[in-house]
Amino acid sequence: MRILPLIISTAITTALVVTLNTNILLPAPLGKLLSPQHGIWQNAENKNTNFSADLTFPTLRGKVEVYLDERLVPHVFAEDENDVYFVQGYLHAKFRLWQMELQTLSAAGRASEVVGKIALTHDREFRRLGMVYAAEASLKEMEADPVTKSLCDAYTAGVNAYIATLTESSLPLEYKLLGYRPENWTNLKSSIFLKYMSQNLASGEEDFEMTNAKSFFSKEDFTKLFPLQQDSLDPIIPRGTVYSKPSIPLTVPSDVDSVYFNNKAMAVTQEEKPDKDNGSNNWAVSGYKTKSGAPILCNDPHLGLNLPSLWFEMQLSTPTHNVYGVSFPGAPGIIIGYNDSCAWGVTNGGRDVRDYYEIKFKDDTRQEYWFDSAWQKTEFRYETIKVKDSATYQDTVAYTIFGPVMYDKTFSGNRTSNGRYFAVRWKAHDPSNELKAFIQLDHARNYQDYLAALKHMKTPGQNFAFASKTGEIAMRTQGEWPAKWKGQGDFIMPGTDRRYMWQGMIPFNETPFQYNPERNFVSSANQSPADSAYPYYLGRGFPIFRGITINRKLQAMTNITPQDMMALQTNNYNVFAEMAMPLFLKNIKENNLNEVEKKYFNLLKSWDYNNAPDSKGATVFWVLWDNFSHAVYDDEYKNAPKVIMRPYERDLLQGILSDSAYKFLDNIETTQKESLRDDVTLALKNSITALEKADKAERLEWAKYKATRVSHLLRLSPFSSSILPIGGGLHCINAAKTDHGPSWRMVVSLTSHTTAYGVYPGGQSGNPGSRFYDNFINKWAVGEYYTLWMMSKGEEKDKRIKWTMNFSK
Amino acid sequence: MKPIVSIVLMALLSIAAGLYFPWWSIAVVAFVVAAAIPQSPVKSFVTGFIALFLCWGLLSWYLSSNNNHLLAHKVSVVILKINSAAALVGVTALVGALVAGFAALAGSYVRKA
Repeated sequence: MRILPLIISTAITTALVVTLNTNILLPAPLGKLLSPQHGIWQNAENKNTNFSADLTFPTLRGKVEVYLDERLVPHVFAEDENDVYFVQGYLHAKFRLWQMELQTLSAAGRASEVVGKIALTHDREFRRLGMVYAAEASLKEMEADPVTKSLCDAYTAGVNAYIATLTESSLPLEYKLLGYRPENWTNLKSSIFLKYMSQNLASGEEDFEMTNAKSFFSKEDFTKLFPLQQDSLDPIIPRGTVYSKPSIPLTVPSDVDSVYFNNKAMAVTQEEKPDKDNGSNNWAVSGYKTKSGAPILCNDPHLGLNLPSLWFEMQLSTPTHNVYGVSFPGAPGIIIGYNDSCAWGVTNGGRDVRDYYEIKFKDDTRQEYWFDSAWQKTEFRYETIKVKDSATYQDTVAYTIFGPVMYDKTFSGNRTSNGRYFAVRWKAHDPSNELKAFIQLDHARNYQDYLAALKHMKTPGQNFAFASKTGEIAMRTQGEWPAKWKGQGDFIMPGTDRRYMWQGMIPFNETPFQYNPERNFVSSANQSPADSAYPYYLGRGFPIFRGITINRKLQAMTNITPQDMMALQTNNYNVFAEMAMPLFLKNIKENNLNEVEKKYFNLLKSWDYNNAPDSKGATVFWVLWDNFSHAVYDDEYKNAPKVIMRPYERDLLQGILSDSAYKFLDNIETTQKESLRDDVTLALKNSITALEKADKAERLEWAKYKATRVSHLLRLSPFSSSILPIGGGLHCINAAKTDHGPSWRMVVSLTSHTTAYGVYPGGQSGNPGSRFYDNFINKWAVGEYYTLWMMSKGEEKDKRIKWTMNFSK
Repeated sequence: MKPIVSIVLMALLSIAAGLYFPWWSIAVVAFVVAAAIPQSPVKSFVTGFIALFLCWGLLSWYLSSNNNHLLAHKVSVVILKINSAAALVGVTALVGALVAGFAALAGSYVRKA
């Protein structure tokens, strides 16, 4: 034996193995990752993969058959009610495990464990918002209900049954790339997932921005910049509806003007915010308006466009029900869909259910705070944030009667605040069991069942459209909403006594709703639920334009077919532009334009207000409007704090439509008085640089300019879609923006044999190495649909069925 | 004969070991085979190198072809910053080859006088 060479060569081999097994020297552990039997090659799904399997699990009570069709949609037939949720959990995990775990980790403020300290601010934010605190409260409520508990248990067991089968080779790709392994699933994780949706849909507020705007501007200017009511308001429940007297008498605090509305103290802070255009469309038309004589229900919820998709399509069938639609990987049941009796769809309610209170602590220890003329004891929640490749971070969050103190001296999002304390009162902290609402909808047979189900829907509040085979249509703007006095919660409120607290929740029977209305349709597009006749304060910031287009179209349509509805869902008409353009065209002096300016002005002039994918006029309008808004407001905002509310587009539009001498048109930095004409002309001149740049890059067509794409959750470009040829965008029914848009389009015609259509921008498999990863995207982009197949027992031999999975005990 | 037998043995035993053990079991296999079938150090290195170059190269190419190279195109961009399935297969083969080559080299010194 030659000792020295042996030692040296063994050492080299060991060093090589260690290097290739870690990312100490390499950006990735190449040995582990590239081993054909362990690494990423194992995720290269065979194009002829056979998904069929016979599986046994002792926890099952009966047999479950799963028929996977050519689009990889599972049709699940279970003999036992709970078994269907076990198998749903198993299938969610099989196809989407990485995504469902990442979303719950992120929601729980644990993203740093996976991606390292770049996520620390996010994690602290989410911990301080009390995401897990909220999920725990709701889990208690969920587990107190025996039905919910047993189906959650079954779902969790199903997820874990799949996790138990995982080996190093079969781990989803992203676990390999990031170098970690999945934890076991729990009911708490499902609850956290649902809070993630609440965070997404029901945590929008602009309290800090509005507080700063209120402080910065004079009262008169503020009211002009941020009007409470819109002239063109077309609420979900139409104007003229009569509402009963409110059962909750609201007391407006007597010092409301001095300490609240006219308080000039600034609160500088900045935080992670959900997309403010998280919106959606839904509508249902009665049989009087359709060709078949049966109601048609349509829904397209607008959410972040991600891969893997938020949605997983499936059919669940048990002896008590049979339902088809989209589910959330992470939670049992079908969220949006239809069963043998009815169909439903949701849009976000969008009311402000997250308010801030300024807390007065006795001292820096935060042990006691002043409330109702006494020092109250604070409770603390200790947050331990594990950080990948870095030291663990400890955070201590103070809890008051309002909720957690999100912002204090140690945390202000990304910015130092002025050392004040702000507690958040968030409706999602209250115990609730929304899962029950969805499970009951899955089982609903008629309007009464729909009403009973919605009683459990608290947060995130949604506008639920409903249609049944018996011809009924309905809409409820459902949620458990705080009863607020006018202006309550628009700004940060004093937290030293109970007078500014929410005084109660609006009772279920005072929710604005419509049932079989005379106009023969119901619709919602995130606009205000009701007009000012509604006795409770509804808040600000509801988008209005999509609703106007939808109602105008539905009003006029008759003899409607599902194909008409698909055309409506993918309609690119921009009603906002229709209102703004006459003013623009009237106020641009064509003679004063040079050749280049004229070229773009002509594109604008010949535009038909359709945000079609190849429209250049749509791009010119968008750029022009943006520059116009800057021309109008930038002078007023020159010395404003960074965190401040800018007026909504609709308020600027309304301002110039109703008042040709809209105050802010004047540039306060010049001596002469600017008019609409000056600002529009300046905006056009300012637009030229951006337009020429886009033109040179051959990106002047609207789809290319807007650049809608569906991105992987880790923003890895090769796992994301390319830029898609889709029109529409903000203010259009087809609300496809850059990274946000119709996340599921569904049209259900409730004829005796239901015909339904749907598509989502993704694919059933979460594996980037699968041909089912993104195979729906192109169809979605061009506005085509799949026929949804509610499979019946006896159709097992249908040629659409490609694979069968048998589950038994 | 020795090099051929060693190559075949290393490749087959690597696949068998990979079913139960971590990826670096290829190093153990190459070491043991090189110790059991003595050759000169240089020959042993080349033998180990070729065995795993072929084994990992062919295996990954086979898996990738059956996938229409869908994954390889994406992952090559993530890991190598170039869009090439062949390059990813090549790097895979090279990684296996280097580890096995050095392990075989070490193995050759066990019995060599």
